Amino acid sequence: MSLELRGIHKRYGAVRATDGVDLRLEAGAIHGLLGENGAGKSTLMKVLSGFVVPDAGEVLLDGKAVPLGSTRAAIRAGIGMLHQDPLVFLPFTVLDNFLLGSGRRVDRAAAAGELERIGAQFGFQFDPSAPARSLTVGERQQLEITRLLWLGARVLILDEPTTGISASQQERLFSALRVLAGQGMIVAFVSHKLEEVEALCQTVSVMRRGKVVGEASLPCPTEQLVEMMFGRVVAPPQKEGVALGEPVLSLERVQLEDRVAAAEYSLTVRAGEVIGLAGLEGSGQRPFLRTCAGLARPAEGVLAVGERDLSTGRHHDFLEAGVHFLPAGRLEEGLISGLTITEHFLLAARAKGLRIDWGAAEAAAEKRIAANLIVGTPASTADELSGGNQQRLLLALMPPDVRLLLMEHPTRGLDLESADWVWRQLLERSRRGTAIVFASADLDELLRYSDRILVFFAGKVLREVRAADTSGEELGYLIGGKVAP
Amino acid sequence: MDATLASIVAAASPLVYAVVGETIAEKAGVINLSLDGSIMLSAMAGFATAYTSGSVLLGFVAAMLVSMAVALLIAFASIELRLNQIAVGFVLTLLCADLASFLGNPYVGQRVAGVPPLAIPGLRDIPFLGTVLFEHNLSVYGSFLVIFAAYFFIFHTRRGLELQGVGERPEAAHARGVRVNLLRYVYTVVGGSLCGIAGAAFSLDVLLGWREGRTQNYGWIALAIVIFGGWHPVRGATGAYLFGALSVVALKLQPHWPDLSQILPITPFALMIFALLLVSQDWLRRLADRFPRWRRLLSGDSPSAIGTAFWRD
Amino acid sequence: MTVPPVVRRVANVLLPVATALALGVLLLISADAPPLEALRLILDGALGSAGGLSSTLMVWVPLVLAAAGLVVTFGAGLWNIGIEGQLVMGAVSGALVARTVHGPSGLVIPLVALAGMLGGMLWGLLVGVLRTSGRVNEIFGGLGLDFVATGLVVYLVIGPWKRVGSASTSGTDLFPRDAWLPGTGSLTASWVALALAAAAVIVVYFLMRGTYFGLRLRAVGRNPRSAFLMGISTNRYLLAAFAVCGTLAGLGGALHATGFHHKLVPSVSGGYGFLGILVVLLAGFRATWIAPIALFFAIISVGSTQLQLRLQLDSALGGVLQGVLVLFTLLAGGWQLRRAYRTRRGSEGG
Repeated sequence: MSLELRGIHKRYGAVRATDGVDLRLEAGAIHGLLGENGAGKSTLMKVLSGFVVPDAGEVLLDGKAVPLGSTRAAIRAGIGMLHQDPLVFLPFTVLDNFLLGSGRRVDRAAAAGELERIGAQFGFQFDPSAPARSLTVGERQQLEITRLLWLGARVLILDEPTTGISASQQERLFSALRVLAGQGMIVAFVSHKLEEVEALCQTVSVMRRGKVVGEASLPCPTEQLVEMMFGRVVAPPQKEGVALGEPVLSLERVQLEDRVAAAEYSLTVRAGEVIGLAGLEGSGQRPFLRTCAGLARPAEGVLAVGERDLSTGRHHDFLEAGVHFLPAGRLEEGLISGLTITEHFLLAARAKGLRIDWGAAEAAAEKRIAANLIVGTPASTADELSGGNQQRLLLALMPPDVRLLLMEHPTRGLDLESADWVWRQLLERSRRGTAIVFASADLDELLRYSDRILVFFAGKVLREVRAADTSGEELGYLIGGKVAP
Repeated sequence: MDATLASIVAAASPLVYAVVGETIAEKAGVINLSLDGSIMLSAMAGFATAYTSGSVLLGFVAAMLVSMAVALLIAFASIELRLNQIAVGFVLTLLCADLASFLGNPYVGQRVAGVPPLAIPGLRDIPFLGTVLFEHNLSVYGSFLVIFAAYFFIFHTRRGLELQGVGERPEAAHARGVRVNLLRYVYTVVGGSLCGIAGAAFSLDVLLGWREGRTQNYGWIALAIVIFGGWHPVRGATGAYLFGALSVVALKLQPHWPDLSQILPITPFALMIFALLLVSQDWLRRLADRFPRWRRLLSGDSPSAIGTAFWRD
Repeated sequence: MTVPPVVRRVANVLLPVATALALGVLLLISADAPPLEALRLILDGALGSAGGLSSTLMVWVPLVLAAAGLVVTFGAGLWNIGIEGQLVMGAVSGALVARTVHGPSGLVIPLVALAGMLGGMLWGLLVGVLRTSGRVNEIFGGLGLDFVATGLVVYLVIGPWKRVGSASTSGTDLFPRDAWLPGTGSLTASWVALALAAAAVIVVYFLMRGTYFGLRLRAVGRNPRSAFLMGISTNRYLLAAFAVCGTLAGLGGALHATGFHHKLVPSVSGGYGFLGILVVLLAGFRATWIAPIALFFAIISVGSTQLQLRLQLDSALGGVLQGVLVLFTLLAGGWQLRRAYRTRRGSEGG
């Protein structure tokens, strides 16, 4: 069985997401699709699964054309896709999620049986009546895979599946994929993580800027893949040792608002220090960060910023104390769609006057756009900017004298160049005395830039380690609650 | 007492139709804010048709078609043109109300036969329940059926599950091959048809006749009761009956408090705000967490994608 | 097909108007009424006499004040359906002062206006508090309070403030003369009211486009979470929006009561609150065009009462014309955007 894509073109406005892509996948081997964020991998796979309509091109399964732009047709042909954020219905039960859209006349008890049977083949376990929102990302993936197999998928596409899952979940996933490939399925593994592609796949296609720039059989030299992915040698910014200053943030036996795990946090962060928060999604980093930002109030304990006790403070008190919070959702919580760059700068300035001098504001915005290398004009609205430029804008909006910077996922979804630029700015700030606390799902990022790493699991801090003393492997196990074997 | 309850059940039947219909549309993610206006227009159309044709059934059909047309327009504006559902619904509610007034002018004060009573033999003899539930007419019986049909369809069939998915997370439904926008059209129009029946149930049964303002803002109440009902047809219908009960109580109090006689009819509407206030707080959610088996009935979360347009690119 | 943008924009305005007129003509024909005669009556009723012109202008006042207030609440992302109640409570408050405070006009009238603003502001804040503290959607909170306000007026009109003799739903006794707004030359329309209304439009325009308040309000309207993280107290701004809108609406209600009816009537808000929403929808949520659009709507509203008197047609035809106009403008606008989007996707091809 073979799957072929020919001449797939897809544009979004002026951006060519996929630019005439040809690809061939064979059964029995796991095929990797490698490329950095923004290379066009996800778009290509969404075309394959019928989620998105291409502008041109065709898809052939065993020589027969598959109708494009229809998820029904793709499912009927046996093509199933696991999206990066597994598309489950959060308030519905696991069983309802399993059944929805299957189009089968099957009673619930029988379906629950199938769910268990298929899942058991790979060591997946489900509680059919639990709400899907209670599942971790890894478990949601398992549910989706089981569902796709039940529907008779012969082609399985996985889009960045290893973000946000623990090492043991990843192991289980990889062994499941190997079994499926061995059973004659076509498996496509889309990722920007070299090591994982090298570990799992037998063949790999590399994409850059919407085109397939090379193919290889694995094992093959890593430099070859890097060369294909980036077209140049890549050197991320280096972190130098910084003399630590006074304590900027201190938590003493702080309990969070919803007290789910009865966890107590005690931590001191000093000026110039970089603390990384590792952990699966939903392990407690988010509420922790938000409490440190003053968006949630501690139920117990003392939270101080510098000398000020802000245990009962509100977000605006924190802002005044020099705390700045950068959320993960750039357009959801950080920027404002529909407002221009000029307007964003005006808002961030928090000026006290009445009238706005638009002329002066635009001129000032022009300067700051240039200084921060943002691709846009003062009249560009936030939603018109690319992800990388949005992050540049968010960083540019920060006051110059931030004492404590709290970030959720600073480089999520960014291409390498933008990600490197972000960290250059952040390291510069830390050199000047800003303390940084950030959460990330990227273990490499955590290891490269943190001084200390706090590993979160089930709402508590499982372990605190110095970045220099640990490894990616150990972290991978820790976030899953286990110690490395 | 049982006669009072029977009158409540009958008086609330148009509201039940409207609440269940709008619940279905909103469950699929489309808000039909034109409810008040389209119920009025349907009521007028139903009455006018029944008057000119002599057939009550034709009146109901006409009312249904009118509301379905309005609902189709709302669905089109939202899905195809991606306009704000609230804006289009608001304009339509005023427009339909004014159209109803203008076109209904010649029919003011006219009389029609109305829906004939149809007591169910056998069941009517059950003590108490028989009088309350089984001595009505087809229109009222239909309102009972609609509650249970909607409940069963939404929560116990696979198509109903797809309906829920469409309103909850359309991208996920789309990924599973569900035709999101087609279903949104279908369910909005289905909801519209029930609202049309509500209008006819007004002018041809509960409050025979046509006059401007005849339907007494019931459309707005229905929209609020959908929220109060947590987008659950049974809970919504309960809200409708509660409102009916409050209205009947207000009516009965009028002779006792003649000074307040003009404003008593308005109190159920004001109480609606407090009802919404009640339901918007956290205690229901906590109750739902304590009793997971009753989660569906208790937790009043709106379909997450309500009011938004879906497109694939 | 390349059409010069100017032509397109004029067409965008004219086509919906033409459609509305065409539909109006159709309806008139269906009601066995002479269409041209009816349209002529509308224009004549609104503009053809001193009385008509005065009525049109005095209807314009609450309508444009409501619209100005709504520009602020829409800027904050709110659907202030409670605007009718705010108009009514402004009228009630103004009526209270007009009935109880006696003195020279120069004293009473400003007090009436202030009372109106205060009454409307408080009623608006009530909706705001229900939303910020009670988490009740402002559409339903506003609607409920609309009902309460109407109930209150009815109660006052046939109860404590009833006409000497027998209570009547046609309203209270006329206000004392010193509370009446002075006319302008041969018109009974009041220059005071007109000036205040015009000033309100200018103030709102400046507020929304030229001040930090307006910018922050618009930020809250588009994305309250991001706005909060930027240091904006979203609740305070939402409440401020309701307060401003309520103030303007209340002023409109009070001016309408003392300048047009000269008494309190149950229908004192005249539906001008909801009509104001239509005006703002047509004006694209900005203050720039609300004055002329409101005037156009006022002409239709006042003119169509003639239909009832002279042709025995329901005056709701005016509402139909206004509604169709807004509906078609919205639909046409949406259609244009979709076509532009599709051609943009197609033209960058190959």
